[in-house]
Parts: sequence; C-alpha cells; structure tokens
Amino acid sequence: MVDVVRHDVVIVGGGGAGLRAAIAAVEADPTLSVALVSKVYPMRSHTVSAEGGAAAVPPGAVDDSLEKHAYDTVKGSDFLGDQDVIQYFVQEAPKELTRLEHWGCPWSRNPDGTVATRPFGGMQTPRTWYATDKVGFHMLHTLFQHSLRFDRIVRYDEQFVTKLLVDGGQCRGVVALDVRTGQVRAVLGRSVILATGGAGKVWPFTTNGNIKTGDGMSLAYREGVALKDMEFVQYHPTGLPGTGILITEASRGEGGYLINSEGERFLVSRDYGVGTKAELGPRDMISRAIIQEIEAGRGIKLPGKIGEYAHLDLRHLGKAKLEARLPFVLELSRTYAGVDPVTQPIPIRPVLHYMMGGVDVNIDGATVMPGLYAIGEAACFSLNGANRLGSNSLTELLVFGARAASHAVRFAKGSAAGNESALLEQTKAEGARIDGIRGRKRGGETLAGVRLAMNTTMESGTGVYREQASMQKAVSEVAAIKQRYAQVSLSDASKVFNTELTAMLELGNLLDVAEAVALAAVNRKESRGAHACRDFPKRNDGEYLHHSLVHYGEAGPRFSKKPVTLGTWVPEERKY
Amino acid sequence: MAEPKKKTIVVTRFDPDKDEAPRQQSYEIPVEPDWKVLDALNYIKDHVDPTLSHRWSCRMAVCGSCGMNVDGEPKLTCKDALSNHGDTVEVTPLANFPVVRDLVVEIEGFMEKFQKVKPFILRAKELAVDDGPTRQSPAELDDFRQFSMCINCMLCYSACPVISTEPDFLGPAAIALGHRYNLDTRDQGQAERNKVFREDGGIFACSYAGECSEVCPKHVDPSGAIQQAKLGNVIDWLTGLVLRRGDAR
Repeated sequence: MVDVVRHDVVIVGGGGAGLRAAIAAVEADPTLSVALVSKVYPMRSHTVSAEGGAAAVPPGAVDDSLEKHAYDTVKGSDFLGDQDVIQYFVQEAPKELTRLEHWGCPWSRNPDGTVATRPFGGMQTPRTWYATDKVGFHMLHTLFQHSLRFDRIVRYDEQFVTKLLVDGGQCRGVVALDVRTGQVRAVLGRSVILATGGAGKVWPFTTNGNIKTGDGMSLAYREGVALKDMEFVQYHPTGLPGTGILITEASRGEGGYLINSEGERFLVSRDYGVGTKAELGPRDMISRAIIQEIEAGRGIKLPGKIGEYAHLDLRHLGKAKLEARLPFVLELSRTYAGVDPVTQPIPIRPVLHYMMGGVDVNIDGATVMPGLYAIGEAACFSLNGANRLGSNSLTELLVFGARAASHAVRFAKGSAAGNESALLEQTKAEGARIDGIRGRKRGGETLAGVRLAMNTTMESGTGVYREQASMQKAVSEVAAIKQRYAQVSLSDASKVFNTELTAMLELGNLLDVAEAVALAAVNRKESRGAHACRDFPKRNDGEYLHHSLVHYGEAGPRFSKKPVTLGTWVPEERKY
Repeated sequence: MAEPKKKTIVVTRFDPDKDEAPRQQSYEIPVEPDWKVLDALNYIKDHVDPTLSHRWSCRMAVCGSCGMNVDGEPKLTCKDALSNHGDTVEVTPLANFPVVRDLVVEIEGFMEKFQKVKPFILRAKELAVDDGPTRQSPAELDDFRQFSMCINCMLCYSACPVISTEPDFLGPAAIALGHRYNLDTRDQGQAERNKVFREDGGIFACSYAGECSEVCPKHVDPSGAIQQAKLGNVIDWLTGLVLRRGDAR
C-alpha cells in the first residue's frame, strides 16, 4: 500500500517564497487546502541567511519612483531582464513589504516611526527596507509565524521531494520521502509550486547553506521543463575567505570601503565602470574589480591555503553605528574571521551567492507543464536577467510567490482529478528506486569524492571570469562526473534519518544543475552581467540578446534560445 | 610540515532500527585550528563514517539546525570553536528531547508549544495594504526587538531544569516569542496569549534558574521575557481583583 494524502495545491519548499505562496493560496479561497512540503522545518530554510534588505519604493517617497526602481533593475540586469516582469515587480513591491509590516516584521524605523531604508548597490536611491542586518531571518520568521494562523496550510516537515507526479502531461503532485521514517508518500494536488531555492552547493565556495541543492530545478528539468539563463550565477563581492560566509552589501550601503593591499579605495581611484557609485556599484562589477586587483598583485596575502583577498573597512563608521545597523556583521566577523570590524578591516573575497537562472516560468510563475509552477530562486522569472541587484530577491519571493499562488489556485479549481491509480503506481516505483539507492554497493566512488570533483570543475569553469576552453572542459567533465556518480557506493542502510541517502539524492540534483550551467555558459560567447568571458569581453546584443534554455535529455542536455521581452528601455551601454 | 593536530570526538550513536539504547562512538580525526565543532562532525561524515546523522545547514549561526550538547553544554555546533574544548570532545543530542537518531532530536513537541502561544499579530480589525505601513517608534521597536531574535535552536530547552521534570512546560523560547508579540504596538492579542501563559505549564512553572539566557547564542534573554510576562500577568490579575472589588462596592 502506498501512503497518499490529497490537497488542492502542493508547495515544495518552506522558505520565503513557499510560505508567501501558501498564505496567498489559502487567502484566495476559503475552502482550499495547501500542502507545504519541505525537507527542513520552514524556519531552517535558507531565506534565513539573507542579511541586507528588501527593495521597494517606500510609500510616499518624494525622491523615488516606480520608474526609477524599474530602470535600475533593467540596467542591473544588463538588459536581459524581461521588462513586463520588472514593471509588475516594482509596482507590487511596496504593497508586499507593507503586508509584511502588518504581519509583524520588525522593520527598522526612522525617528518619526516610518520604515527606514538604506542605499544598496546599483540602486539610485535608498529604497532597501531593513531590519538591522538580519532581514532574511526576520522575513522568514514573520512569514512562518503568520502562516501558523491558517490550519488549511498543512505542513509536511522534513519530507524530501524526489519526484514530480505527472500524468497526461499534467503535474498532479509529488513523491515525498519522509526523512524520519524512510517511507515514501504520494502528496497529490491539482497544482504544484516549486519553491526550493537555488543551488549554491554546486560550487565549493559559497554563501549558501548545505540545503541549497537545486532540488526543484532538477525535479522540473527531469520532467522536460527547461532551465533558463543558468549561466548567470552571482558572485557576491564580500564573503569571508575560507568559509564563504556572507558579509552583507549593507556594509557598503552604510558607508563601508573596499581596500587593496596598498590601502587604496580602488573603486574610487581606478576605472571599474562603477563611476561615482564606487562601493555601491552592482555586484557583478565589484566582484570583477576585486579579482582584477588580486590579479594585478594588489591582493592581500593570507598565510596558508585560502588565497588572496581584499579588505572591507568599516572602522570609520564607528562602534555605535555598527552596533545599531550591522550587529550581525560584527558577530559573524568576530566568530568566523577572528576580526573585530570596529578596529580591524574584514578580509573578503567574491563568493558564489545566487542563481539568476532557474526553472523557466512566465510572469504568472507557470512552466510549460500544465499544473506546474515555480517561484523564488528556484525559478527564473527573468526579473534579474544577467545580474540581480542586491535586495531585489527578498522582495521577489513575496511578489511572485503571491502571484504564482493565485494562478496555481485558479488552475487547481479548474482541473479535474487525475488518474490516481497511475499516480500511485509511479509512487510505488519511486519508492522502489529509493530503496535501491539506500546503502547500495556499486563501484569505488564516494559521495564526498564525487561532490569535490563537481565543485572543483565548476569553480574553474564557471567562476567570476570564464573562458571558452574552461567552460568547454566543464561541460565534458560534468558528463564524466555523472558517470562517476552512478558508481558511488553507500554505507548507510537505515531507514531512519538517513542523511547519506538524502545527500546522495541532493548530489544528483546538483549535477543536473551543474550540467545546465556549464552548457548555457559555453553557448554565450559574449560578456553580459555576471557572465564575463575573457575571450569575448564585450556585450553582443546582435547575437546574444536572448534567454538561454537547457533541456534535459537521457543522452545529454540540449540548448535552445528564447527572446527577451523589452519595453520602455532599449539596451544601451551599461556604465554607472 | 608539522603533523596536523588530532582530537578525539566522542559522539552519541543511536539507530532505533538496530540499537536498543544509545551508545558512544569515538573518532580520532585531524583538526584545523579554526574549526568549529560542526566541522569535525562533517569531517567524520565525509571521510570516516557516512552513517553519522546530524542536522545542519547555514553554518553561520542563524538557521538554528545544529544545536547539540558539547561537553555537556548546549551549543550551536557551527558557532562553538573546537579550540574551546580539550583533546577529547563529547557531542551528544540536546537534552530533554526524544532522540530520533544519533544527534537528531524530535522537535514536534516544541513546534506544538510554539504554535500554542499564537506567535502572530492579532488585531480586532485587520489592516489593509492601502492603510500603508504602521508607524512604530524606534523606542517601541526596541521594547520587543531582542525577543524577536530567537532562531528556534532549542538550546534553552536543553538547559532548562523545569522541562526536565515538567515536559509540558511551554519553555523559554515559546514564552519569549509570545511575549515578543505582546510587547509589539501593532498587536492586540495580549489577552489571548496571557490566558495561555497562565495555564498549567505556563509562565508560573518557571523557577527562574536563568539557564536559558545563559546558553542562548542570540542573547534573546528568554528568562527576562518570562519575568516580564510574570510581572505583567500579576499586575493584570491584581488590577482585575481591584476592579472586581470596585464593582462589588
């Protein structure tokens, strides 16, 4: 007998996007039942690690406008963002952040009690709402706690989704592995929303937590839904060397400097295209500037194996301001870098942070598969194009989480029940597949060994700067690493909380993502946003003003293109 | 090159499918000077014994997954430096929770308590988006901000002497969270929450040992929250008493 539960809408992932969608879904229809399936308890989701803020034009702002926010986002995206999506985003952003305020988010305040905002990279005005420097944490906990008001949001915590249930070309639920018991269960619904986050763990040096393994991207990809714009991966300029722990861009928003080994503010003294924005340039440009400084011999050398870095200097901000605005930066620097930012500069280097690409969806969050939606970092709405502006992504979770939910609800209400026995057969087969993986003996490969090979390949092939040869090498090496993955032998045969099994399934998902990133990268022979090719240093709108799609295939992935939706703004040289 | 330093990590193992009772297993491993306790566990998992089960994710002290007892003290293992400990380090599951497997504890009981304190804004009339954001002064925010910093890591439950004898006690994190909403100027649900607080296993079960605030990695001070909540409820009760007498007169 296969265990089965039935709901109207099934949401996979309990981070910011999944929670916002769940709340929007139950609010849209008082009879609707939502399953919220997550491999961790929702408050563990990686939204928790976001620090600096969420962007929206503050209500009543005099120096700001929706047009300005839209233009900044278009320009930040290096003109690869879809302008209809961006227009909708900036228009809904203030409403969503206001909702969160009503739900109890402890936004930092101005003396008059209005919500405070701070400057952020690539934004013309201070429009980033913040709650000190723990914004993701506060947003996630506010959403999770607010979601507890609704008993029609039925949570399935620590349930790892391994497969989409598809019948007659329509998505009708998921198979979830109960991590605590090892049993699989069919979670049936008339629409499914993927909200599983990004896949930073493809790379060795990342701000991302251990759970960021591209699960939703792989689930959709395996069922024939393309992954879009996967070559665009964001390197955040300021991660701690060694661990990759994020030091927020708000450090620069509050006035911090980036300094090289000669004590020079290189973003001011040298031309890196950021103009007078200096440290508040967009992330892609600042990460490249740091790498160029290091390559020019002006990096700071660390004894041991971690390599070279630059300094983030916050000393001139003073202790009081640092404690009030950046308490988490103080805690992280002291705990994980052994430096006190009040008296010492913080060592930093660019670190893999965010994926602009993801499951190809339209402005409603709908994929090409009826009944299947995606939101958050797992999805690619083409809001962020070739480079995301800091603080747009937390707002994106809310704006498009809510919008996709309303469409998924509409779809669910208009959809007839599927062929349940076929879905349960699929679930049974999936259970057997997982039983076959648990503790299996194959060749001489280890999980840690294969993961390291993937990390190394993707770091050298798809770093801040890329070259045709190294990207091509990544394409062929990922294919070879997939073969090695098939030969991994496992040790743990237990059904109870078997984290070797889940890590194995996660590694399979990561390899799907790695494959798509490498193929999309090698096919873009230009430099745009975060995709910087040494062999093709210029943007080439004539040939490459298009989105990249990578389609899954048994014999290997396939590449295709999709037009960009332009609008008010025609592509121009991106210079600040 | 000097030999890398080695430490012995003694870990609780328990697989309900195989073991009748928890047992200790020792791993002697090379360690780096800047490692946290979690790095040692991950080294064991990747290179020595892939059957070890523990929860972790953010490794930056904010997701709250990796709480365990290290040398008997509740710690976030991603924050606790290995160098704080001797050549032998004992890692056991958080106390006062049932063990699922190895270092993984059952937190469903905690989730129920969490829900019980109604940790969300309650208002007689919901605000509409068009009303715009509520005004709240920095001072009003400061009244509850500290209590909104809880990451639900449950170290305070592991440290709490009351929970160990009264498992139904709401506990430090849940009370601090309820109190956080009680102090929020946007909220009107104090009466509902205080009813929960005054039930058996509520705030008056706390013996004010203060251990919870000692172990909190985020300086939430749940013990302070409980004291404030007790005071507020006593004043409420006294006020009620005075009013009732007033009515009778």
